[in-house]
Amino acid sequence: MIDRIPSGFNPFVIPFLFGMAFVLGYCLFGAVRILLQLPREDRKKLYLSLITPTTIYKNIRDIFCDCLLHVRLWKRNPVLGYMHSSIAFGWFMLIVLGHVEVLLFVPHRINLFYYPIFFNYFVAEANQTLRGAFMFFLMDLFLLLVMSGIAIAMIKRVRSRIVGMRKTTRHSLINLIGMYSLWAIFPLRLLAECFTAHISGGSFLTIPGNWVFRSILGNDLNLLPTWWAYSIVLCIFMCVLPFSRYMHIPAEMMLIPLRNAGLKVRDSRKGFARVQVMSCPNCGVCLDACPMSVSRADVRDCTVYLMRQMRAGNERRIKEISEKCLLCGKCEAVCQEGVEGPKLRLLERAKTEYRLSPDYSDIYVAAPSGKVLYFSGCMSQLTPSVGRSVESVMRKAGVDFDWMDREGGICCGRPMFTAGRLEEARGMVRRNEELILASGADTLVVSCPICFKMFREEYSLPGVRVVHYLEYFDELIAEGRLTLEKSELCYVYHDPCELGRGSGIYDQPRRLLGRAAAIAEAPKARAESVCCGGSLGSLTLDFARREKMTRASLENLYASHADAIATACPLCLATFGRYSDRPVRDVAEIIDQQTKGNNIEL
Amino acid sequence: MTDFGFSLSKSSVVDIDRTDTALYRRLCELDRTAASCMSCGSCSATCTASSYSGMSLRKVLHGLQRGEDVRPMLRCCMLCGKCTMVCPRGINTRHVLLTIAKIYD
Ligand code: SF4
Ligand code: SF4
Ligand code: SF4
Ligand code: SF4
Ligand code: SF4
Repeated sequence: MIDRIPSGFNPFVIPFLFGMAFVLGYCLFGAVRILLQLPREDRKKLYLSLITPTTIYKNIRDIFCDCLLHVRLWKRNPVLGYMHSSIAFGWFMLIVLGHVEVLLFVPHRINLFYYPIFFNYFVAEANQTLRGAFMFFLMDLFLLLVMSGIAIAMIKRVRSRIVGMRKTTRHSLINLIGMYSLWAIFPLRLLAECFTAHISGGSFLTIPGNWVFRSILGNDLNLLPTWWAYSIVLCIFMCVLPFSRYMHIPAEMMLIPLRNAGLKVRDSRKGFARVQVMSCPNCGVCLDACPMSVSRADVRDCTVYLMRQMRAGNERRIKEISEKCLLCGKCEAVCQEGVEGPKLRLLERAKTEYRLSPDYSDIYVAAPSGKVLYFSGCMSQLTPSVGRSVESVMRKAGVDFDWMDREGGICCGRPMFTAGRLEEARGMVRRNEELILASGADTLVVSCPICFKMFREEYSLPGVRVVHYLEYFDELIAEGRLTLEKSELCYVYHDPCELGRGSGIYDQPRRLLGRAAAIAEAPKARAESVCCGGSLGSLTLDFARREKMTRASLENLYASHADAIATACPLCLATFGRYSDRPVRDVAEIIDQQTKGNNIEL
Repeated sequence: MTDFGFSLSKSSVVDIDRTDTALYRRLCELDRTAASCMSCGSCSATCTASSYSGMSLRKVLHGLQRGEDVRPMLRCCMLCGKCTMVCPRGINTRHVLLTIAKIYD
């Protein structure tokens, strides 16, 4: 392999160089701005993590697995995984191998930025060496890989169902330009290399291509224009990149270190949040996952559209999208970028100003006392059987406890918290903290997942263990204080959002239920569970739309062919109870019914 | 005068010509569903804050229609959402309550 062009330059590389300079400059400027937006302590944390060996390893691993191989997407949807990783990894390898070629054959040109990209134009085959043939083979192979990914992307645009997606996102003009230029890059590269293959050499794609073209065209007049076209398309792609969804490629490189440094989103627009917004490739995985997507009118309020509106700075839509979401957390659970849709919305909600503030300081609540307290939460008052069952089971197990809000109490504060009124929620939190700490309790049993999450995350209760009754009953059984009889019925367990995705409790309810009855699994269960639609997270969803979601969620549960539905959230219980065609029970009720020496009727 | 332990109750006549219902009208503009309340009282029966303040959405809406000061009641609302769960008219009560908190001065 020898240098063909003595100057090592041809004007067609200029568009590429311009695009590259633009995109690098833009990203550098953006990165510095985001670093400056981070709070000082976060910045320190980030710098520290960049020199800690474990996080360095994690960063490299994640960049490789998430950005190039898309391992998480593979697990979710192999076709999409193949599509993304073939393009990303294939392209990466083309660039790396391009550099290897330059180093092997024309090492004195390595300082020329564009050489690896347009290598085939600048070299001529001197004699057939095995090394050259092997490199060309690899180059053709990876080019083929990339083009197979592009082919799937084209098919996906036309028929999203083929790749297993019900919905795909609609794109703006700039995204379309980006997409079409990306699609054009690789066929043009192949063409250019085909035209050049009789000079530079080639492999299984380029050499046959060269034969075909030369026998048809009979001249080399297309050679230079094709290289020009390749360079121009690269330039177009790089120039629209910062303003299109392809910004996710560089943004991810920043997102991963920020995530691995353990930073939290503190502002809904600046710093970490901005990187998340930029990192969303609009893949649309969250569309199918979102319970709101059952209504056509609400599809446009899913997280992918929040990301888009945040980039576009459309304040009216950002507000609308932020207030509608159920905060069920599913989009976050399925997002391979780790975009925290619900968190961003919560921060957005907190910006709304209210002229009237609540005051809970005068509310009188009877002081509880005892080692074990039970808090049923206000929602349970609408489903009194839950509280009664928890009480009954605990009595049977001989637990000495005090039901602190039997006669009504102060709300845990989570509904206020999810409305974005954080200070107002604090007012309730403080009152409850005082009551619990003054009682001398060491265990607080909670039956509502909404309260549970709030107590665990927003309360400061030193010396008090907060447990959901599922965990508590599980322990009582393990200690032999409860014995269960198995019923004939088969239940399907619905994971309440706040308990499953929200608090990571998936196994205890299944273990408990398995002792009391047969269990079946719904197609979408555990972290994929579909919100019942009753969530208090949404501020604006009306009744009719919620009903649609509830019915969709029920369909998922019916698909298990179970006789009855079990859940562990009073809100789910009430919501499903409204429309379900089969009985809906709280796990506590089932346990109570199946515990020995009891025949309370359901 | 002898104290009999009770007194005349305040007149509950509402003079529609003299009440200021601007707030109520503004509320209905921002959330149309507020106007569909039929005063069934389901929300009063379940309200978490009612035992502490006599609060209920029904009373709040009445108060606004009559031009009364409902702030002491509203201050106790915990936004718990029980009223949403029981309202037979499907009113998004939490949104109504938040809207009132936004416009009240
Ligand atoms: S938010 Fe996540 S899942 Fe949704 S489109 Fe963006 S990257 Fe995909
Ligand atoms: S949190 Fe749930 S409802 Fe909200 S956008 Fe995500 S998936 Fe949809
Ligand atoms: S009601 Fe249950 S399933 Fe629905 S949002 Fe709340 S916790 Fe989740
Ligand atoms: S949201 Fe407010 S008004 Fe409604 S039940 Fe709860 S405390 Fe009462
Ligand atoms: S439950 Fe609904 S309709 Fe009934 S009084 Fe309350 S707000 Fe009005």
